[in-house]
Amino acid sequence: MCLAIPAKILRLEGTKAHVDFGQGVSREVNVSLVEAKVGEYVLVHAGYAIQVLEEKEALETLSLWNDVLAAGQE
Amino acid sequence: MVDTLRFRNPELAHSIAEKIKAVTPKKGLVKFCHVCGTHEWTITHFGLRSLLPENVEVIAGPGCPVCIVPAAEIDEAVQLTQKGVVITCFGDLLRVPGSQVSLLEAKASGADVRIVYAVSDAVEMAKREPQKEFVFHAVGFETTAPITAVEALSDLPKNFSFLVSHRLIPPAMELLLGVGDLHIDGFIAPGHVSAIIGLKPYELFTRVYRMPTVVAGFEPNDVLMSIYLLLKQVSENDAQLENEYSRVVKPEGNPKAIEMMKKAFTVTAGNWRGIGRLPDSALQLRTSLAQYDAREKFNVHVKEGKDINFGCECHLVIIGKIKPKECPLFLKACTPAKPVGACMVSSEGTCRVWAKNVAVQA
Repeated sequence: MCLAIPAKILRLEGTKAHVDFGQGVSREVNVSLVEAKVGEYVLVHAGYAIQVLEEKEALETLSLWNDVLAAGQE
Repeated sequence: MVDTLRFRNPELAHSIAEKIKAVTPKKGLVKFCHVCGTHEWTITHFGLRSLLPENVEVIAGPGCPVCIVPAAEIDEAVQLTQKGVVITCFGDLLRVPGSQVSLLEAKASGADVRIVYAVSDAVEMAKREPQKEFVFHAVGFETTAPITAVEALSDLPKNFSFLVSHRLIPPAMELLLGVGDLHIDGFIAPGHVSAIIGLKPYELFTRVYRMPTVVAGFEPNDVLMSIYLLLKQVSENDAQLENEYSRVVKPEGNPKAIEMMKKAFTVTAGNWRGIGRLPDSALQLRTSLAQYDAREKFNVHVKEGKDINFGCECHLVIIGKIKPKECPLFLKACTPAKPVGACMVSSEGTCRVWAKNVAVQA
């Protein structure tokens, strides 16, 4: 069950957060395992946030892919 | 804002496939192994094998935590229902065969078995029905185990306990390296398990076994890029640990989750359906939490069960020795609607993934 979905934190209430999965789907999830702020994205697995998603890192990954693909294109 | 579509953009996929072709050795078979049902889903669903050169193969290891729950532990859940206990679990555990019956068959005979999406749902049920005993059958690898840990360490009602069947991934990876004639040249490491455990547990494979290892995300371009990185290592005779999924996986993993797991569990030897006993591969609730351990609370211990039905070859599928289509029962006697073995039951099972995506198989 590695299925985990990114969701944006809308509200925080102690160990719970109200998150938005996009397209109008929202749910309450448990955030005990992460340090996340409202507006950040978390990875949700079986009702729990297991990691914070780094936008900066996502952008870096894409930029790294561009580098890999560009290399050897000379 | 991140253009998330880049992670599954087909043009990008084809560009990566070109790079893969350029870096693949001209001769000899190169074989990579992943250990995650969701990776197999991405690979099969998006037809990634059709983008790879003929001599590059990706096999699926035991990446399905439901598939490897031994029949004996399903039997324990069934025995609990016979004592009037309510069993709660994730959906795909229901049809996994026990030695005699599955939980679904037990339910059809009157057992109280309920599907939940999250453990907390089961705890809520227990609070609402204090006259009944509730057990959550906790299945899953390191992605899921921390969640059980958090709940086990919280203020649980007295009528709630866990039947723990959690297993750990790195021991299974090490096992695969010992399987004769499997000839693995590199690992595609599981992204969400790694989000929890970080990178350190894989150092064993690069440092001791000289096995290239790349932690991969789950979008098709994540997997293709990871295969490219592995091939580049192979072509340079290298053996490094790389993190392709850095947007989710930090080198230290999730320290809070790791700490919760240590607080709630000890590591013991575990039985894996179709594989047998692997040392240090299972989690057990600590003795301080014995009151929440269903096996202790209800004195239910089944030592041996019937793991593999006659004709079933799940034990060969889960270690990547055969592909589902090489099993004589695949899509004949064994289908998603009428599964014979656990690999066809779970949404993460290799056989079920192939059965549901068979139109895209090369």
